[in-house]
Amino acid sequence: MTSTTKETLLTPIFKENPIALQILGVCSALAVTSSLQVTIVMCIALTLVTAFSSYFISMIRNQIPGSIRIIVQMIIIASLVIVVDQVLKAVAYGISKQLSVFVGLIITNCIVMGRAEAFAMKNPPVASFVDGIGNGLGYSVVLLSVAVVRELFGSGKLFGFEILPLVTEGGWYVPNGLLLLPPSAFFLIGFFIWALRSVKKEQVEAPEFTMAKHTAIEEGA
Amino acid sequence: MSNKDSVSRTLLMALALCLVCSVIVSMAAVMLKPKQEENKALDKKRNILAAAGMLDESKSIDEQFALISSRVVDLRTGKFTDDVDPEKYNQKKASKDSAQSEALGADRDTAKIGRRENYAVVYLVEPVPGEFDKVILPVRGYGLWSTLYGFVALESDGNTIAGLGFYEHGETPGLGGEVDNPRWKSVWPGKQVYRNDSVEIGLIKGTVDKQSNDAPWQVDGLSGATLTARGVTNLVRFWLGEDGFQAFLTNLKSGEA
Repeated sequence: MTSTTKETLLTPIFKENPIALQILGVCSALAVTSSLQVTIVMCIALTLVTAFSSYFISMIRNQIPGSIRIIVQMIIIASLVIVVDQVLKAVAYGISKQLSVFVGLIITNCIVMGRAEAFAMKNPPVASFVDGIGNGLGYSVVLLSVAVVRELFGSGKLFGFEILPLVTEGGWYVPNGLLLLPPSAFFLIGFFIWALRSVKKEQVEAPEFTMAKHTAIEEGA
Repeated sequence: MSNKDSVSRTLLMALALCLVCSVIVSMAAVMLKPKQEENKALDKKRNILAAAGMLDESKSIDEQFALISSRVVDLRTGKFTDDVDPEKYNQKKASKDSAQSEALGADRDTAKIGRRENYAVVYLVEPVPGEFDKVILPVRGYGLWSTLYGFVALESDGNTIAGLGFYEHGETPGLGGEVDNPRWKSVWPGKQVYRNDSVEIGLIKGTVDKQSNDAPWQVDGLSGATLTARGVTNLVRFWLGEDGFQAFLTNLKSGEA
């Protein structure tokens, strides 16, 4: 593996994480992370779609007319997503039922389109493929860490196996119901970004404005 | 200016891409169809077995389902009918079709389902052919956020609950979603449905007092889920009541179904 390939693969994981740095693809991160098993399938599906769509788009990048390039990208992405959805329905029916519309929503996941437009349109197929895998992994890292916290503390389980015995089933652990609801993923992603930016200070964005100093209200003002 | 941006090239490119992609997509759909249908049927059988409390993970679903026969009941007469093929009948679709269902007025529609279909598919558990041991009935009704879809299994006396379970709902996880809790579901078997021919079973607030005379007709409530619990009571009472399967159960017991 050459050093550039390695860089393309590994940079998106922490250094330029699509969720943490670019804040893309948060929608599905909220919806599918309440159980680890479902999350893993979603991560694999997204990684494959991003990698292959980047690959195919890059292959025909010199033939794509500029005026319809977004539509061309969408057609390729949508076809891949439908194929993935059909395969899931055939081989992992239970999980595909839980993922329901979210597999279909990979089509509108900004990470896939973002990589197609930002990377695959300008780079050769293999590099684009590696970039797609890298970004899929970056997405997976965030989703998996969110899912571990949500499933462990929300329902006391990991992969459906009991870790913390629940009070309702005769144990001692009172689950945090909020963690099973989508908003909790917002908080967890927030904490993840906070932690990441505390370590990698260069990711901190410059403030867009500064708060004016608090001034006392004058009499009669 | 390269000629790839010319109008004809743009049209050609769009056409070619659409063709290639549609061939790939339709190939995937056609090739995987039989496997998907099989999964769907298996999933439904699994739900039925789970609702009846008979699901045994160590045996294959088909093996367990061999004891179960599906029949169609005409809810208007409470008798079996051969007019409809249970394999092909789509009950969910029929409940929305005005030709195959009946609108319920506000006073009758306690389960808040809007329309009730004329035919329902029921499942008879027959360890010995011809002699049924349990009957599994489809039920549905509105909870707090969503319609709950499930099955109730009754013993051969048509009065004792053998199991209850929901396979589709959108209630709040941890509160109304506790209808899926195995511990709660395990309090249902053995409960009685009818007292003096009227449906009496229902969820109460808190835990059932076992000494109480009403205990056989009462089920523990779900804490923090008053509205879901009320929905479950209503839907069970509706489907086991006059507009639901009561007539059929009476006929079944007397052997006239």
